[in-house]
Amino acid sequence: MGRWCSARNQRKVFMTLTNRSAAELANALQKGEISAVECTTAFLDRIEATNSTINAFLTVDREGALTTAEAVDASRAAGKQLGPLAGLPVAVKDVLCTMDQPTTCASKMLKGYQPPYDADVVQRLRAAGTVILGKTNMDEFAMGGSNENSAYGLVRNPWDLERAPGGSSGGSAAAVAADMAPLAIGSDTGGSIRQPAGLCGITGLKPTYGRVSRRGLIAFSSSLDQIGPMARSAKECAMLLQAIAGHDPGDSTSLNIPVPDYFTDLEKPLQGLRIGRVATHFSEGLDPEVAEHVEQAFATYEAAGATIHEVELPHATYGVPTYYLIAPSEASSNLARYDGAHYGHRWDGTPSGEKGITDFDSPLVEMYCRSRAEGFGPEVKRRIMLGTYSLSSGYYDAYYAKALRVRRLIRQDFSKAFENVDVIGGPVSATPAFKLGEKTDDPVAMYLVDLYTVGTNLAGIGGISFPCGFTKSSLPVGFQLQGPPLSEPLLLRTAHQYQQATDWHLKRTAALSS
Amino acid sequence: MSAETQHPFTTVIGLEVHMQLHTQTKLFCGCITTFGNPPNTQVCPTCLGLPGSLPVMNRRAFDLSLRAALALNCKIALFTKWDRKNYFYPDLPKGYQISQFDLPFSYEGHLEVCDPKGAFNPRTVRITRVHLEEDAGKSMHDETAGTADSRIDLNRTGTPLCEIVTEPDLRSAEEARAWLNELKLLLVYLGVSDCNMQEGSLRVDANVNLHVPQKDGRIAKTPIVEIKNMNSFRSVERALIYETERQWGEWQATGAEIGSMPKQTRGWDESAGVTRGQRHKEESSDYRYFPEPDLVPVTVTEEQIAEIRSAMGEPPAVLRKTLADRWKIPANDAGVLVNQGPDLVQYFEDLATRVGEGKVASNWMQQDVLRTLNERGESITDFPVRPEAVADIIARVQKGDFDTSRGREIFASVVEKGTSVAEVVAGMGIAAVDDGDLRALCEELIAENPKIVADVKGGKEQAAGGLIGQAKRKNPNVNPGKVRALAIELIQALP
Repeated sequence: MGRWCSARNQRKVFMTLTNRSAAELANALQKGEISAVECTTAFLDRIEATNSTINAFLTVDREGALTTAEAVDASRAAGKQLGPLAGLPVAVKDVLCTMDQPTTCASKMLKGYQPPYDADVVQRLRAAGTVILGKTNMDEFAMGGSNENSAYGLVRNPWDLERAPGGSSGGSAAAVAADMAPLAIGSDTGGSIRQPAGLCGITGLKPTYGRVSRRGLIAFSSSLDQIGPMARSAKECAMLLQAIAGHDPGDSTSLNIPVPDYFTDLEKPLQGLRIGRVATHFSEGLDPEVAEHVEQAFATYEAAGATIHEVELPHATYGVPTYYLIAPSEASSNLARYDGAHYGHRWDGTPSGEKGITDFDSPLVEMYCRSRAEGFGPEVKRRIMLGTYSLSSGYYDAYYAKALRVRRLIRQDFSKAFENVDVIGGPVSATPAFKLGEKTDDPVAMYLVDLYTVGTNLAGIGGISFPCGFTKSSLPVGFQLQGPPLSEPLLLRTAHQYQQATDWHLKRTAALSS
Repeated sequence: MSAETQHPFTTVIGLEVHMQLHTQTKLFCGCITTFGNPPNTQVCPTCLGLPGSLPVMNRRAFDLSLRAALALNCKIALFTKWDRKNYFYPDLPKGYQISQFDLPFSYEGHLEVCDPKGAFNPRTVRITRVHLEEDAGKSMHDETAGTADSRIDLNRTGTPLCEIVTEPDLRSAEEARAWLNELKLLLVYLGVSDCNMQEGSLRVDANVNLHVPQKDGRIAKTPIVEIKNMNSFRSVERALIYETERQWGEWQATGAEIGSMPKQTRGWDESAGVTRGQRHKEESSDYRYFPEPDLVPVTVTEEQIAEIRSAMGEPPAVLRKTLADRWKIPANDAGVLVNQGPDLVQYFEDLATRVGEGKVASNWMQQDVLRTLNERGESITDFPVRPEAVADIIARVQKGDFDTSRGREIFASVVEKGTSVAEVVAGMGIAAVDDGDLRALCEELIAENPKIVADVKGGKEQAAGGLIGQAKRKNPNVNPGKVRALAIELIQALP
């Protein structure tokens, strides 16, 4: 176990390593200034030191991570040509199947479940030589906006430990914000990458639907789910997106369109860029401090040569209700497979005192009901019931079918808006990170945290969120850009140019510095 | 006799057929579809419904189902989509079946059935729709008291399944069976399915009720019953006969009409020969169909349809006529041959080509080959005697080496011993009788039978028949026709 001794001797070096951005680490790894083992060890130690506080990771694979890192170092020593991400640690949201680590979706239902295959994105990460540190915490089955819906405990926001990191990719966002990982993978169904990125002061991209394969992504809402990169900066998101994007014949909805080089345009200035501004984004409910920082971001863009144009998204107001019909409807079907019969949690037969489920047709039905009653948390159950209801005969037309029609209108709104502007800017969330427990008793208030983000998913387009300032109480404020289908190069460039002009993304939290 | 002439009511039957498509791999994954392998050995994350797995459509399965729909004269939708049918059952690992709900890939077809013996009038059965879906797994229930146990085999899960729904156009159990036979024949000819009911590749449910004319001219309709668990076409026929009688009895006893109760499902009990009511729920099941978001819609072009149509081959109904015309055989002969399936037709055509005479080849097929197959319970593909051998026997008969009945004995012996025609002929001591020997034999017979000679001489040529039996006793290898012809010739030549 020589590596532990050397790790301890060099701890100081490693602690500073975790302060460095993914881009700096990649550079140092390529130049041979640091080894992948050193880099990985630094992050593993940082996780060990902070995870009991943050709870960003559900699984940490020290052994596997170091084995991969050693292999990368050996390849580099042998003079092999390695990709830009080789040896870089990455945290993966526990919604993606990994055959060497449990994949639980933060649910009791999948406690200890080990998939027999790797998700397409995980395969691509391994092929790129990244070091998978472990699996990050999340809202159960990606349902939630605060990461309080995890069966394995909530995640704390590294900027204020009494506040939520957002969700559902709260673990991935907190891991990057707390320097536990330089890069992370999240998934975004209604804002689950962008909202926690905004609340944790990092950068997160939700790619166009179909740009990244969903194979091995445990489905919440199949027509909305999309995997994306989370990092400190847009440039690092570009590095990670480059590795995970691409056509997968194993996902019928994956786009068979070549992946561009996401670095080509990054440094192009923004002169002449048309940024849309939606007036209704700034109406009642938007926190004044958030509004102020978002307006300042627009000013920064104008100073950089971009022009701001008012655009309308007339159906945006129906986004949240539409989303909360379509997503639960699909979820009610996607989650039917967790029946206790084949894998996952099964009721052990002990009579329980639960009320309301007493009338069973058969022992089989009792097993189904009790396994699901025990295995799923309250938010998951709520959405299964919502979705089952909206798909039921007699209600289908009024709810699910109508939601599909509104979804088309929302998509048309964006298409029309993008005839006049290149991207649309605005807030990610109406407020900065909220207090833990603040919204847990009010599902509707919790659903409204998705107000600015769900449209992107309903329209199937791309969106990116990045920090644009801090409140007086030192909480990050996020700015969101939305772009037309496959506009990832433009979104990354627009965010990167902002980050060239500002340093909000470089700020580190002091909450964990002890 | 059919039910319609016997009873004061009309039996109304519609069928729902599930047919497994004959593909190498499953509908939405790459697993093989072979029947009979050890349980749960032909599975992958997709057909196991594991978290994160996704379906990808097997285009070959889709094209095969297009072929079936075209042969059933269906209209083809140029745009079709997949839907999820949601229900819980242990042999359905995803908790939903990928199927087609409101936009099936084909609709409004028809398939005609007629009975060559005229037991019922030709009937055109309209097909409501044909759609494609994935099969479920198999549940095996151990009913042993105290240790009851259920096991699930997911090898079948995801096998492509075509569902064919007919309009209620059939009017008797007999018609239903005949129509199913015609459907099966068609699907086998198309190479779309092997239609093996024992292996579950063809499953049939039937909907039946009675239309009873009333004195006031109104037609009373009995409640529709869906019959399940029928394991053969014979069972379908028996179950429908039973159910018709049962409904007639119930109608007479209760007068209950359609709409007075929810649709009933009854299971066929093969050994008891009865249908039994299955427990039905108060509310009908709600499958909460919605578009499958993991798959993209399927589009079909007119060119693709034309291509599939051109590669389709002749359906049985057309082949019957073609065969009758090509080989100048009676329609009934062609019907019997075609109904045995494409392998037998190929055998016949091979034989007919060798023999050069369709009718002779057909006679041998009907009287010898088919009879032997039935006796041996064999299919033509397993039959050891190939067309060359049968053609050889027929050629020897035609050449006059021996007569047809002798040829039949040789055929039977070839079947039984599994040896060549030449060996059997040699073994039986059959050798062609030399012309000189034949003349000597005939002269000998003429000398021995003055009465026959006188009769023939007097114009009664049929009297020569009396010589044939005697000739065969003297030499079993003589050709009766030749004996007859030569004897008459010699007698007429007598002074």
